[in-house]
Amino acid sequence: MGDRRIRVIIAKLGLDGHNRGVRVISAGLRDRGLEVIYTGIRQTAKKVARAALQEDVDAVGVSSMVGAHLVHMEQLCREMSNLGLDDVVVFVGGIIPKEDDEALHKMGVRGIFRPGTKISEITDFLKKECEKRR
Amino acid sequence: MGKIQMDGIEDWKKTDLAGDYEERGRRKNQFKTESEIEIDDVYTSDYLDRIGFDESKDLGLPGQFPYARGIYPGMSRAEFWIMGQYAGFGAPEDTNQRFKYLLEQGQTGLAIALDLPTQLGLDSDHELALGEVGKAGVAISSFRDLEEIFDGIPLSRARQVFTTANAISPVILAMFLILGKKQGIDPRDFKVVLQNDILKEYVARGTYIFPPNESIRFNVDAVEYCTRHHPHFKPIVVCGSHMRQGGATATMELAFLLANARAYIKAILSRGLDIDSFAPSMEVQLSVPMNLLEEIAKYRALRRMWARMMRDQFGAKKPESQQAFIRVYTTGYTMTAQQPILNVIRVTIEALAAILGGCQSLSCSAMDEVLCLPTRKAAHVALMTQHIIAQESGVADVVDPLGGSYFIEGLTSRIEEEANKIMDKIEERGGAESAISQGFYQRLSREAASRYQKEIEERSRLIIGLNCFEDPEEEIQIESFTSDPDLHKRRVKGLKELRKNRDNETVKACLRRLKDVVQSGGNTIPVLIECVEEYATMGEMFDVLREVLGSFEEGFEHL
Repeated sequence: MGDRRIRVIIAKLGLDGHNRGVRVISAGLRDRGLEVIYTGIRQTAKKVARAALQEDVDAVGVSSMVGAHLVHMEQLCREMSNLGLDDVVVFVGGIIPKEDDEALHKMGVRGIFRPGTKISEITDFLKKECEKRR
Repeated sequence: MGKIQMDGIEDWKKTDLAGDYEERGRRKNQFKTESEIEIDDVYTSDYLDRIGFDESKDLGLPGQFPYARGIYPGMSRAEFWIMGQYAGFGAPEDTNQRFKYLLEQGQTGLAIALDLPTQLGLDSDHELALGEVGKAGVAISSFRDLEEIFDGIPLSRARQVFTTANAISPVILAMFLILGKKQGIDPRDFKVVLQNDILKEYVARGTYIFPPNESIRFNVDAVEYCTRHHPHFKPIVVCGSHMRQGGATATMELAFLLANARAYIKAILSRGLDIDSFAPSMEVQLSVPMNLLEEIAKYRALRRMWARMMRDQFGAKKPESQQAFIRVYTTGYTMTAQQPILNVIRVTIEALAAILGGCQSLSCSAMDEVLCLPTRKAAHVALMTQHIIAQESGVADVVDPLGGSYFIEGLTSRIEEEANKIMDKIEERGGAESAISQGFYQRLSREAASRYQKEIEERSRLIIGLNCFEDPEEEIQIESFTSDPDLHKRRVKGLKELRKNRDNETVKACLRRLKDVVQSGGNTIPVLIECVEEYATMGEMFDVLREVLGSFEEGFEHL
């Protein structure tokens, strides 16, 4: 287990089609040695949670650019919890107002990344959080 | 008198230039444009000779083939470009108020932003619409909503109405035609502009519904119908801008745009229409990131390539068929969330490039767009940026002021050459539809976007405020997306009432006819007009269409 590469799902939920950032992050995480599964745009929380279980991932990251993050993260955390995936690291990136941090943390979101984040910051976060999990 | 000869330039490089670099250093070993076109030490007339530049063939005069210098003889000396503003939000009644205000302020065109459920053919009460109703624009679930948006606004009051309809554009066209009929206004007295460019949605932006080929067929219905009945409408705006924002470079932006245009033109021709009957109503939309000189050259190259494609590949004879009417939007990805006020300067440089490049319409982004929906003040600054360039800078007083510059002419030709190479690769893959289905555009864009990010992280590309001259005290302030919390509830209630009070038997019959027409391959616009008039909802019409045409999903991808 200790040697296993970190497996992560990078997801787009809802109808938001902005995919530049999410594609760059996915490729960047892969280039840094992570196993990455990108969901494509317009996925549902249910489908992503199921994939997290089937793919036995360590983390799920969501990209949100149009302000629907509270609705979607709530759905995702609930679906994952229903599948017993409470220990999987959930994080979100994009246009997220600071005042939503508390609500997101309460749902179980462990990392929030805003514009200008370096990909290495996300890898460091994932290494640290996934280590705790193992 | 005379030209500086090649030998002279080589000597200069070895002695003068080498000496200067030795004494004062050299910032970079290699200088390149965004499209990775190498920038030489110096540009002279000798360079233009070597690349075979021919003034009469490659430039012509403004308003003359191949239109590199502009599509009009007088360009902005006759009148300024159209200064566009993009609006639309919340419920139809909110947009109605905003439009009335804009018209009172003297705005002559209305651009309607649509929310994502509407753009995807979902009613506001669909479960996937939760959290998205009225957010990216106004919600239109049935013709009733459009009636409300234009309540008290005769369609003829605006010189043109533009919408971001792509996958749903035939329905939006039908709605405007019925609106005109109900308002008692002859369609010749108003003009509908549809973006109606579906191929780019699979590469960037993402509001597709059906698989690519079925989508093209549906969208071409709108073009065919307009060409036959309302030839002054603008039924298609072929866009490079979204793909550029999604990662493509300048040369890719042109190649993708032109390859997509080619696919549409072939599909439209297959309806038995003559190229000169519809080409004049096509428009293009481009982006404008920060590389000022490359962007200027890009517009000039696009016009030349468009003109040559129309004339040489499609045999277009009318000058209007060969002229590319260019709409420009400044860029989102070049703006920073850090020190957002600096974005005003970026937008100014970008706007300047578009104007020096000879655009016909320009929309400037607001400095805070990267953080929230633009505030009124930021939107004002964005519009005034255009006025300052127009009235104060003097650049609009000359037609194609950079024409004849060794570098700009050289770069214009190089961009054309590189974009043609990418177009050849698209052609090798079977044209735009199949290259997109194979993920070719997406791969090129992704690689370019990753390269851009890598350069920022390695600091070989410096972005002020982001990876240099940072303000350590600064905290990013992202404003919350505030939307009316009751909007969704009101929409659900309104739809329920609509479905109860209309003539449901007739609606059903119309939807059945829609299915028959789609199955038999006929043009859907006449039957969509019937559906719309009977208040069939967006969701109902698209359920029928999806059933016949199928749907498209990206699906999971193991990297």
